[in-house]
Amino acid sequence: MIFDLTASVINGVLVGAIYGLAAIGLTLIFGVMNVINLMHGATIALGMFSLYLLTTAVGLNPYLAIVPVLLGGFVFGVLVYWIAVHRVIGSSDLMTLLATFAVNMIIIGVGTAVWTTSPYNVDVSVPQLAISMHGYTIPGTQIVAAVLAVILATLLYGLLYHTRLGKAIRAVANNRAAAELMGINTRWVLAISFGIGIAVAAGAGVLIATLFPFTILSGANYELKSFVVVVLGGLGDPAGAMLGGIVLGLIEGVTAPFVNVSWTPVIEFTLFVIILVLFPAGLLAFKWGRK
Amino acid sequence: MGSQVILKRPTFWIILLATLAFALVPALTGNLELRENLLLGAVYIILASNLNLMIGYTAYVNFGNIAFFGLGGYIGLYVVNVLGWSLWPACLIAGVVVSLLAFILGTGILRLRGAYFALATIGVNEAVKAFVTNFEPFGGASGMYLSFSSFNALGGARHALWLAYFAIVVLMGLSLWLSLAIKNSRFGLGLFAIREDEDAAMVLGVRTPRYKSLVYAISAFIPAVAGTLFFFKNGVILPDQAFDLTLSIEAIVMLMLGGQGTVIGVALGAFAYEQLRGFLLVSSTFSQFQLVVAGVLLLLIVLFLPEGFMGWVYRHLPRLRRVIE
Repeated sequence: MIFDLTASVINGVLVGAIYGLAAIGLTLIFGVMNVINLMHGATIALGMFSLYLLTTAVGLNPYLAIVPVLLGGFVFGVLVYWIAVHRVIGSSDLMTLLATFAVNMIIIGVGTAVWTTSPYNVDVSVPQLAISMHGYTIPGTQIVAAVLAVILATLLYGLLYHTRLGKAIRAVANNRAAAELMGINTRWVLAISFGIGIAVAAGAGVLIATLFPFTILSGANYELKSFVVVVLGGLGDPAGAMLGGIVLGLIEGVTAPFVNVSWTPVIEFTLFVIILVLFPAGLLAFKWGRK
Repeated sequence: MGSQVILKRPTFWIILLATLAFALVPALTGNLELRENLLLGAVYIILASNLNLMIGYTAYVNFGNIAFFGLGGYIGLYVVNVLGWSLWPACLIAGVVVSLLAFILGTGILRLRGAYFALATIGVNEAVKAFVTNFEPFGGASGMYLSFSSFNALGGARHALWLAYFAIVVLMGLSLWLSLAIKNSRFGLGLFAIREDEDAAMVLGVRTPRYKSLVYAISAFIPAVAGTLFFFKNGVILPDQAFDLTLSIEAIVMLMLGGQGTVIGVALGAFAYEQLRGFLLVSSTFSQFQLVVAGVLLLLIVLFLPEGFMGWVYRHLPRLRRVIE
């Protein structure tokens, strides 16, 4: 019993780190420009399929594939920002939600035409890192993916808190008008932040794809999980998102031995709505930009 | 304000004529393909115009509006199938129960504003869907199938399907009248005040929490009844189909297309979207790219025509707005 629980806890933390990384992409965009990015799931799915292409067509090592995916995701994000998002920044919530959802529909539509909705998977295994204990095995891929997620999140944290660009991003998140008056080109800061958010989401997609099979529609599920995580950690708070991800992973892991897996989403989303109503600033909020 | 004012509105008569046309043309020609086509059109108009009460009138973005439709379908089918009641009381029960649930839920989540509210509604839809998927009385993941005998009470399957169709068309007309009546009422003015500036509305004496909960509950009633009829006619209800988040968002596309906040525009938008969707699905070149075309369309509206088709018309012909809306 105790080993059941220990295994579930470890498993939960490892998966949760990846949920956290995915959610950072979402929360960064919300924190900086007050946009809920409804193309988040499609971006995660694009990350998954980029990994598939890079490993099968180019023959790249799956973990090295993260670098080109991050770069590609950044460029893609900046492009999407200028084409679809910039015009609606500052207008009503409905407009920004719909603009990003329209891009989501286009990506999913093209993806479905190209890859259909059948499942794909990428063969990765790191047996030398696997940990076994009392009949439970934590696969090496899960450990590598979680470590990479934490490294990426730390790098992003460094970027936000220890570079000039990061300072500009935080300034814009805090007060765009004041930042503009201080000589910051806020239009480009917004575009770059959107690019970073998309890149991080695509990177999370790569890590997820090394663990589980995926379809072009898989992203939607992780998008919903990201919403839950972001609400746990406080909307717009990257550090909270990592912690929120781990909390969600733990909830999933710890409830797994006790309740049927199909009940997990009921618990998750009920919790989500309750927390949103009672603690709209998040349970674990660190506050890095005032709303 | 009152019924006399509504009766003088040309829109009242336009809606009546459109409803009659929806009901009579397929009935007189006996064209079943046309009936199915118009049925979907009517359901879309119901979903979009009730959602318009939230988004267009009150500026609260409800992404989970399809939960009303799905839950209504489940409750109605449960009453018909398991309790063995007739279809009409089942419709009424579905509408009342879902509206009450919406009212109670609304008092909680309507304290949130803007993007936070939109997120909460996505959560509500997913939570309800996940719950129904696990709820054995509702058939769980494998859904509920209507027993064939349920049709007998309405004079056989053929007759029952026509009756369900007519009832949905009537609901379509009622939805549009409801939109018109609310727009021309004190209640509607309160909602518009909330849309323009909620804090100012509150200061000026609009009881915003009550208004918001009330409009949320009202916008749930007809979709829930329509859900019962639609899934009754379908003969089967499944969680993925009943709580399809995509349809929820498609309803938003429809009302954007026609012009949020307008009555006729939203109906036109929903009907046009249904026709476009049907065309794309059967077209050999576009059937693969139905979603892409819809996405590009939505993006173009959001970026270049955010007031929608009727919004654009009214901007250029302000006199028309006074006559129609």
